[in-house]
Order: sequence, then C-alpha cells, then structure tokens
Amino acid sequence: MSEIPDATPAFPKLTRPLSGRVVAGVAQGAAEQLRLDPVVLRLAFVLLTVLDGLGIVAYAALWMFTPREPSEKVDRGRDWGQVAAYGLVGFVLAAIGVLSGAAAGGVATWPIAIGGIGSLILWQQADPGRRQRWMNSTVGQVRQTWVRSGIGLLLVVVGAIGFLVAQDQLAQAGTGLMFTAVVVGGIGLIAAPWLASLWKELQKERTERIRQEERAEVAAHVHDSVLHTLTLIQRNANDPREVTRLARSQERELRNWLYQPKQDADATLAAAVRRVAAEEEDAHGIPIEIVCVGDCELDESLSALLHAARQAMVNAAKYSESPVVSVYLEIEPDEVTLFVRDRGKGFTLDDVPDDRMGIRQSIIGRMERNGGSARVKTAPGEGTEIMLTMKRTA
Amino acid sequence: MKTVRVLIVDDHRLFRSGVRAELGPSIQVVGEAEDVETAVRTIAELEPDVVLLDVHMPGGGGQEVLRRVLGGGSQVRFLALSVSDAAEDVIGVIRGGARGYVTKTINGNELTDAINRVAEGDAVFSPRLAGFVLDAFASTEAPPIDPELDSLTTREREVLRLIARGYAYKEIAKELFISVKTVETHVSSVLRKLQLSNRHELSRWATARRLV
Repeated sequence: MSEIPDATPAFPKLTRPLSGRVVAGVAQGAAEQLRLDPVVLRLAFVLLTVLDGLGIVAYAALWMFTPREPSEKVDRGRDWGQVAAYGLVGFVLAAIGVLSGAAAGGVATWPIAIGGIGSLILWQQADPGRRQRWMNSTVGQVRQTWVRSGIGLLLVVVGAIGFLVAQDQLAQAGTGLMFTAVVVGGIGLIAAPWLASLWKELQKERTERIRQEERAEVAAHVHDSVLHTLTLIQRNANDPREVTRLARSQERELRNWLYQPKQDADATLAAAVRRVAAEEEDAHGIPIEIVCVGDCELDESLSALLHAARQAMVNAAKYSESPVVSVYLEIEPDEVTLFVRDRGKGFTLDDVPDDRMGIRQSIIGRMERNGGSARVKTAPGEGTEIMLTMKRTA
Repeated sequence: MKTVRVLIVDDHRLFRSGVRAELGPSIQVVGEAEDVETAVRTIAELEPDVVLLDVHMPGGGGQEVLRRVLGGGSQVRFLALSVSDAAEDVIGVIRGGARGYVTKTINGNELTDAINRVAEGDAVFSPRLAGFVLDAFASTEAPPIDPELDSLTTREREVLRLIARGYAYKEIAKELFISVKTVETHVSSVLRKLQLSNRHELSRWATARRLV
C-alpha cells in the first residue's frame, strides 16, 4: 500500500445539502465547494436580486442544475428565521435601490422573476422520479405536493399578468384570454362525465383486483393446507389415531390463521408456548388446550420456562393417559406463571427415582437454576398439575 | 331431575343432528332452527328452557337472535356454541345476553352439564372465555367508572384463573375450600359484570385483539 486514498475527491461535486439550508441549500452547497462562508454567498445572492432580480435567476438556475445531497437524514425543514432575515435585508436594499434610482430595470423585472420561480417549482414537480414517489407516498406528502403545485401555478399566472401589465398589453390579451377560457371550459364540460366514469371505472377495477387477490390468497391457503390434509385423512382412513391427529393439527392451523393475531413465531412468550404446544400435540396425538392471558417478549429466563413447560407437556401427553392437557399462561407485570394440567392417573412424587431426568432435572432443576420455581401437585388417580413461576427481569 | 327443553339453532344440519345424538337423557330437544328468522319464530312458539345458539349464521348471526328475542322481553336462556375462538365473537354474544359460551369441540357429557347449568340460571365459562375475561379486565390503566361493575374481586379472579387452568366447578370448590354453589355465584357475578359493565375497553379490547 503506497497511498491511502483520500476520502473526499479533489473536486467535490456541487450538491445541495438538506441540513442547514435556508431556501434550497444552493448557497450552502456552493459555499462548501468554494470553501467560503455560506453567509457571504447568501448576501451576494440577495444583493444580486436587488440589482434587477439577477440573484433570483442565478439562484434558480443553480437550484435547477444542482442535485440534492444524498442523505439518509430526515429533512428537518428550513430555518424560517434566517429566511426572514435575508428577505428583510433584500427588502431594505431594494428600498434603498429604488429610492436612490440605482436599480435600472425598475419594477418590470419582478414579474419575470416571479414567473421564473413559479415555472421552476412546476418543473421540479414534473420530474418523473418524483412522480413515482408521490404515487407511493402518504396523504400528507400528497397534500404538500398539491400546495406546492398550487403556489407554482399562482406564481406563473401572477408573473404572466404582471408581464402584460408592465408591457401595457393586458387590455388586448383580455379578449384572447376570455376566448381561451370559454373553449377550455366547454371542453371540460363535454369531457367531465367521461372523465368521471373513467375514474369510477378505475376505482371499481382496483377494488375488484384487491378482492381477487384476497380470494386467491384464501384459495392458496385452503389448497395448501385443508385440501392436502383431507387427502391424507382419506388415505389413512383405517387408522383412527392418525386421522384424529391430522384433523386436530389442521384445525389448529386453520384457527391460527383465522383468529390469532399475526405474530412472529418466537418473538413473544405466548406465541412460543402455542408453538411448543402445537409441536407436542402433533408428536403425541393428545390435544393440548391453551389459554394465554397477557403477553411479553421472550428473554433468557423465560426461554428456560418455555423448555420446562415443554417437558411438562411431554410428560402429561406421554404418561398421564389423560384425554386432554390444559395449559394456562398468565403474564403479570412482575411475574409469569404457567400451569400444565392433566386429568390422568397422577403419581406419587416421592416414588419417582432420583435419576429420572424429566421432573427433577428438566423441570424443577431448570426453573431453579434460572431463578424461578416449579411446584408439582399430584396424587394417584387425581391427575397432575405443574406450576412454573418466573420473575420478570424487565 | 326435571328434563330440560332445548332448541338447537345452527345453520349446519349435520351439526344439529350430531348434537341431538350426543345429549344426555336429561335433555329433551324440542326443535331446531337454521337461521335467524326461524329461530326467533320457533323460540316464541316453543318457549324452550335453553337455546343452543350458533354464533355465525346467515341473517345476522347469534347476536341478532339475542337482540330480537331478549329485546322482546323474553326470559329464555341462551348458551352460545361456536367453532370460533375469536374474542370478538365470544365477548359479543356474552354481552348480547348469552349465559355461557362453549366451543363445538366440547364433548356430549360436558355439553349436557353446561345446558343443565344454564337452565338453572347459572353461567358457563369455557377456559378460553375465562382467559379473555381476565385479559380484558386486567388491561386497565384508566380508573374504573363504576368500581362495582368495572373490576373483579380477588375471589372472582381466583375462580376465573382455575377455570382457565381447566378445572371443573367441583374441582374449583375443592381447591378454594368453598361450595360449588359459591363457585356458581362467583361465575354468575362475573357474567353480570361482563354484560353490564360499560367499560368501553371491553368491546374495543375484543376488536383490537384481532387486529394486532
């Protein structure tokens, strides 16, 4: 490596920065390139404006041809205080100019300048890239665009009329304008119903398309899941256990699709518990009913609770001979409680040998290692209930 | 035990005959209806003790039946029976005046029990409904407007928790050292709160739950 490449090229491209701008960032951008204080350039523009409006034309030209600085930052808008200050300076200078007769062009140059700004704004609005963006943008932006277009149009009209007034041509133009207005109005009247029906047609087409997309989504879902399962059920017709399992898992899946809020699979505890229960239900063919109250983010200690809960579900589904397992999860502000209950044969806790991993290690041990607790309530013939409690850290 | 006269309102014929076959001898099915119109007419004609009401039906669903029958001053008791687990549906029919809500996966014996309980004027809460109530009454930041109606007592909360954990009323009574009658009283009281509380959160909560 002989040379470290300079981060900034020797001749930086002229751009308009968004932050710190007063009007459009032209002066600031140019100042950055010329290594000058932007205030100097701004005053120069103001001074040139006072002299026959040259400053505005120059500024507008630079605005048109200078690209905006690419930036991720949010547009914070202008510093209106500064705008007012520079405007006031210009106004005072103009007043002095008019009073002293230094401004040669007189008032007639102003309409041209105003018309110029107006067409500039309109021109900017018509930029195809932007038009694309408005289509996807929010209502607020659309409204802003309308306001801008309105101002642009107004400035052009004012500029044109001002020009005619200055040239004493308004009276002659009046008849022509009237003629144009009548023709345009007439065409508008003729075309209005057609335009309205076209608009309605477009709206209708749009709603129809949305509806069709929805229908297609439902059809795709039904095809992928329900029809598929029905085929499997027919094929397994002589295995009642498998049929029940298939029907149950399809039911659960359809229910989730219809009624559950769309959740990221493992982002929250309730969603994770539902997923774990669904997996164990599929694996063991025993329905697991879940009721969740509240929800919270899944963190490390709650993951431990989730693992312990899975072990409890596995035990209940595998050994209890209960027809159904109930899981109840309650998330309170300071702690999380989860119950896994079956109405199976139950057991005597003291009879469980110390080396059996399920209850002692995977449930009680795991909960205690992670700062929680587990309580097992069981008796032969009375089912089993395992209660897991974990304090919430957040 | 006196037999309970039941009317089944459901738009699926297969399901109606399935329920009919499953019910115990203490239940007498006096009729069936398949939409809102026939349901309202048949209820007025037959005056059953309990109406098994489907939530989703053509012509406005179970809530419409409840509105028209109970709005007319009838004392008929309704038990909602649905495949839907949506909070909106569950809370909707309970607030519409049903005395209980069970899902169609319930087995024949449990359904017979539930019907008997509703016939006696008690309330029937499925574990899921109990969970919904706990959730809806827990999520409150604003102070209740009517403290008596807008919040649950500690005992009611305990009872609901046990229902949500899958306990039957008898098991709850044993767990809390109270009588089954007391459990029923607590559940009925929760049902009353659920129906009368004008916590605007309740309906909003149920609707919002779907949209999350």
